[in-house]
Amino acid sequence: MSTNEAAGEAAGLVVADLRRRRRPHERLVLGLLQGAALLSILITVGIVVALLRPAIDFFQEVPLLDFLTGTNWRPNLDPVDYGVLPLVAGTFMTTAIALALAVPFGLGAAMYLSEYAADRTRRRLKPVLELLAGVPSVVYGFFALQFITPTVLQGWLGINVGFTNALAAGLILGVMIIPTVASLAEDAMSAVPQALRHGSLAMGANRMQTTLRVVFPAAFSGISAAVVLGLSRAVGETMIVALASGGRPNLTFDAREGMQTMTGYIAATTGGENPVGSVSYNTLFAVGLLLFVLTLIVNIISIALVRRIRQVY
Amino acid sequence: MAATTTLDSRSATGLRHGRSHEKGLASMLFLGALWLSLFFGIVVLVTLIVSTAIDGAGRFDSELITNYDSTLNPETAGVRASLFGTLWLMLTTALMAVPIGIAAAVYLEEFADNQRWYNRLIEVNLQNLAAVPSVIYGMLAVAIAALFGTATTNIVLVGAVALGLLILPVVIISTREAVRAVPQEIREGSLALGATAIQTTWRQVLPSAVPGISTGTILALSRAVGEAAPLLLLGVGTILFTPNGFLSGFTAMPVQIYGWTSESQEDYKVAAAAAIIVLMVMVLALNGLAIFIRNHFQRRW
Repeated sequence: MSTNEAAGEAAGLVVADLRRRRRPHERLVLGLLQGAALLSILITVGIVVALLRPAIDFFQEVPLLDFLTGTNWRPNLDPVDYGVLPLVAGTFMTTAIALALAVPFGLGAAMYLSEYAADRTRRRLKPVLELLAGVPSVVYGFFALQFITPTVLQGWLGINVGFTNALAAGLILGVMIIPTVASLAEDAMSAVPQALRHGSLAMGANRMQTTLRVVFPAAFSGISAAVVLGLSRAVGETMIVALASGGRPNLTFDAREGMQTMTGYIAATTGGENPVGSVSYNTLFAVGLLLFVLTLIVNIISIALVRRIRQVY
Repeated sequence: MAATTTLDSRSATGLRHGRSHEKGLASMLFLGALWLSLFFGIVVLVTLIVSTAIDGAGRFDSELITNYDSTLNPETAGVRASLFGTLWLMLTTALMAVPIGIAAAVYLEEFADNQRWYNRLIEVNLQNLAAVPSVIYGMLAVAIAALFGTATTNIVLVGAVALGLLILPVVIISTREAVRAVPQEIREGSLALGATAIQTTWRQVLPSAVPGISTGTILALSRAVGEAAPLLLLGVGTILFTPNGFLSGFTAMPVQIYGWTSESQEDYKVAAAAAIIVLMVMVLALNGLAIFIRNHFQRRW
C-alpha cells in the first residue's frame, strides 16, 4: 500500500480508489468470504450429484420412459410397477386446489395492503400474515386431518370425503402459501410508480378501478412471479400431503379420494425398511430428482419474471 | 333521461368529495372482498390454534415434558427426547448456518462485482435454492454423510447439516437486505478516515446491520424448528434418551408429532395436539422476538 501511495504522490495524484488498499491478511479474509458465497454453488452441485447417482442406478433397472409414462405405482408389490404418473397426479391435484385458494385470497390481501391500508395498518398486519407461513407444516397436516376433513368438509359442508383426501390437503396447502403469494405480489404492486395512480385518479377513476385496471396490469409480471413461487412451494411441500392426502397412489381426478403425492411417497418410504442400494431405495432418489427438476423449472420461470419488473421500473 | 340525472348527481357528489363514486356498490363489494381475503388467513390461524388446543387439552401436564415416548402407555407419552433434540438441533444449525450465511452475504453485497457472470450465477442460484423442496435437503445430507463414510445419519450433526443448508439461502438473502440498507455515507466516511474496506465492513457496516440480520436469522431458525421432512430422510425416529451432544442420536418435535399423528390410537392424537401447542409456543416466541427486534432496534436511515 505504501508503494501505491508513493507512486501516487510522485505523480502528483491522489490515489482514487481507497477500496483497493489492502493488507495481506485481508486477502485471506476476503478469500474466506468468497468461499462462503461459492458454497451456495457447491450445494446445488451436491444436490444434483446426490440425486443423480442413485437415480442413474434406478434407471438402469427401470427404463426412463416406463417411469415417466407408467400409470401404476406399486414399488413394494409383486409384480412391481414404477409408473410415476399417479404420484404426479396427486401432486398436480393438491397443487391446483392450493392455487385455486391461494391466488384469489393472496392477491386480495396484497391489493388491500398495497393500495388501501395505511402505513401503520400494513406494518401491523404483515407480520401476522407472515406467521401463516411460519406455522410448521406438520401442524398444518394435523389440522387438515383432524379438523378440516371431519369438521369442515364432512360436517359443515357435508362433502363425502375419505379419511385422507386430496381436497383437505390442497386447501391447507393453499392457506400455507397465501403469505408467499401475498407478500411478493404486494412488493410488485408497491413498486408501481405513484404517478400512474395519480394519472388514473385524475382521469376520474376510483380506487377500485385504479387498482384493477392500472396497478394490477402494471405489476403483472411481479404478480405472476408471486403465483409461480407459491406453486413451487406447494409442489415441494411434504408433511401436509403426507398426513392429509394419504399414502395410496391413486390416478384419479376425484379430489375427495386420497392421493399420494411425490413428496408424500418420499416421506412414507423413508421408514428405513429399504436397504441402501436396493431398487426400492433408489426409487426415492428417482422421485426426488423428478421433483427437483419440476421445481427448478418453476423457480427459473419465477426468477425470470421478477427480473422483468426490475427492468421496467 | 333518468339515467342521465343519476349520472349527473353521482359525479356531482363525487366532485364534492374529491373522488368519483368511491362509495358505489361495486367499490364497497370489492373492498369487502379484499378485507375478507386478508382476514381469512388470520381466522384459519386462530381456528387452528384453538381447535388443536381443545384436542390436546387433556395432556397439558408436566408428564408431557418430562416423559419419554411410550408404546405401552400412550396416555402418558411425553416429548422430553424430542424437545431436547430440537434444542440441540437449533443450536447446531445456527452455529453452522449463521456465520457462513453472513460471510456469503457480506461478500456478495460489499465486495462482489455484479458484472461478473459467476457472481450473477450465485445470485440466481441462491434464489433457486431458497425454493428447493425441503425433502431434497434430507437427501443431500445423506449423501454428505456418506462422503464422510458414515451411514449413521440420525445424529444431531447430520440433522443440523440438512437444516443448516436448508436455511442458508434464507439467511444470506435477508442478511444482504440488512447490509444493503446501511447508507453508503457511512462506508464513505469510514473509508475517508483511512479504514480499509474490510475494517469498514467489520466495524461500521456489520454493527449497523445487526438488528436486520438477527430478525432474518431468527425467522429462518423458526422455519427450521418446524421442519420434519428432511429429518425423516435421515431415519430420525423415536428415541428413549435425552440427546446430549453434537454426535448424539436425536429426534425432533415435528418428527414426534408426525409419528403420533400417524398412529391410530386416540391417546396419541391427544399427545400430538398437546405437543403441537408446545411447538407453536416455540415458533411464536421466535417470531415474536424477531418482530420485537425489528420494531425496537432496526434503524431507518
